[in-house]
Amino acid sequence: MTFSSPIPVPESEHYWQAANDGVLLLKQCASCTRTFHYPRAICPHCMSRETHWVEASGLGTVYSFTVIRRGPGTGTAPAFITLDEGPTLMAGLIDCDPEDVKIGDRVRVQFAPSQNGQMIPLFTTLNESGNA
Amino acid sequence: MADASAYVVGIYEHPTRHAPDISTAQLHFEVACGALQDAGLTLDDVDGYFCASDAPGMGGVTMAEYMGLRNIRYTDTTETGGSAYLVHVNHAAAAIAAGKCDVALITMADRPMGAKQGLGLGGVDLSALPDLAYSGAFPPMPVAGYATVAKRHMYEFGTTSEQMAWVKVAASHHAQHNPHAMLRDVVTVDEVIGSPMVADPLRRLDCCVVSDGGGAIVLARADIARRLNRPLVKVKGGGEAFKHRCNETFDLTYSAGVWSGAAAFAEAGITPADIRYASIYDSFTITVIIQLEDLGFCAKGEGGKFVADGNLISGVGRLPFNTDGGGLCSNHPGNRGGMPKLLEAVRQARGEAHPAVQVPDHSLVLAHGTGGSLASYHVSATVILEAE
Repeated sequence: MTFSSPIPVPESEHYWQAANDGVLLLKQCASCTRTFHYPRAICPHCMSRETHWVEASGLGTVYSFTVIRRGPGTGTAPAFITLDEGPTLMAGLIDCDPEDVKIGDRVRVQFAPSQNGQMIPLFTTLNESGNA
Repeated sequence: MADASAYVVGIYEHPTRHAPDISTAQLHFEVACGALQDAGLTLDDVDGYFCASDAPGMGGVTMAEYMGLRNIRYTDTTETGGSAYLVHVNHAAAAIAAGKCDVALITMADRPMGAKQGLGLGGVDLSALPDLAYSGAFPPMPVAGYATVAKRHMYEFGTTSEQMAWVKVAASHHAQHNPHAMLRDVVTVDEVIGSPMVADPLRRLDCCVVSDGGGAIVLARADIARRLNRPLVKVKGGGEAFKHRCNETFDLTYSAGVWSGAAAFAEAGITPADIRYASIYDSFTITVIIQLEDLGFCAKGEGGKFVADGNLISGVGRLPFNTDGGGLCSNHPGNRGGMPKLLEAVRQARGEAHPAVQVPDHSLVLAHGTGGSLASYHVSATVILEAE
């Protein structure tokens, strides 16, 4: 399955470098302490410029998802994942049967290469013992 | 003191749904002429011009020259996607009330089919969205986002595929009377449920059509409107609102219609119960259910039950909607459905909808739309019209 690659901007370089190292980054605001995704220099909650990168646990729950059955991306499963740190991002499910996935299922980040080799964060479901 | 209200005095919808042999600029010109002719006005009467990025070139700057608009003293090219034209009506009414213009022209036209542009928005560079720098994996595909919205709505409120199908069934009942509609066959709930899955839980017949085309609308100051030989349709209230993903609580089950609707009803001094006809943006069936809830036609979570059993069918249900067939059956020009929503609301307010779908009491009607995506950020806009 080929995933399309991100269209980077100067501020996203650090984020994608970390992804190639298998690390999912979030931004955290030093002023209001909240974390957010997508990352940007200015906190979307309080507009502070005092933001810094933090490593996400990579654990979260499925907020919602779909399986594309026709057209571009057929067979992929875009999903909104709410990370344990709070933010929700659209990432997508991999290495699990979407037919078995339910909203609220626990997931863990799993990186996979996109078309140009850039690793991108996807998520796979955890079984009841908490293992991917 | 002079009446500061603005009135809709002219409308026109281009009959084309596939336009390989006509430029987008000419489509804008033709819909402008059509709406002005409907009003009994000329291009020289227009002193306010409104358009979004579907207007080719440099928007209003280009189109004013192309269309020979010589007397413009006010312009607004606000871009909010498919809801832009509803926003333009509200802005035009405000400009007229403030004396900034007397006759406002709003045009919309594009040809994603004829020009083979696909699902994008003409004039909008979606590849420059800042969040795309942090996402990969999926091609921009509106249906995927709306599918996640639908799935969450089903999860939280028990909304069913059958209930969503009723939205399409109602639209098809209306489209059979519209000779220009792309899909004129009446469909059943079973046929919607039986259509191929596109992105769970949305099936092909849960999705709007992709079409070329466009339309225009002309508003004027009250004294001008009274001189013209057309039914008087007043802009009674309006609202616009933004919603972002990055709120304190991530929640895809409501839209900015919660706020744009409340603002419009407050300005009009009426409640949802007073509305006899509603044009509701229908990119997908779930879009209608969520917006009906947000506008207050039913409680949050009750939208599925509200639309079931033909409640949106004219002559059958409590709230006839999209009596031209809407985006689900008639057209969705340029992947922007706001203009047709306005035009059918004006036809209803005038009593000029097709007799088979015209609501008997058309004193108060509403048009509502959402531009962007319910799955991410969007702008909702609401317009309430009153027939005098």
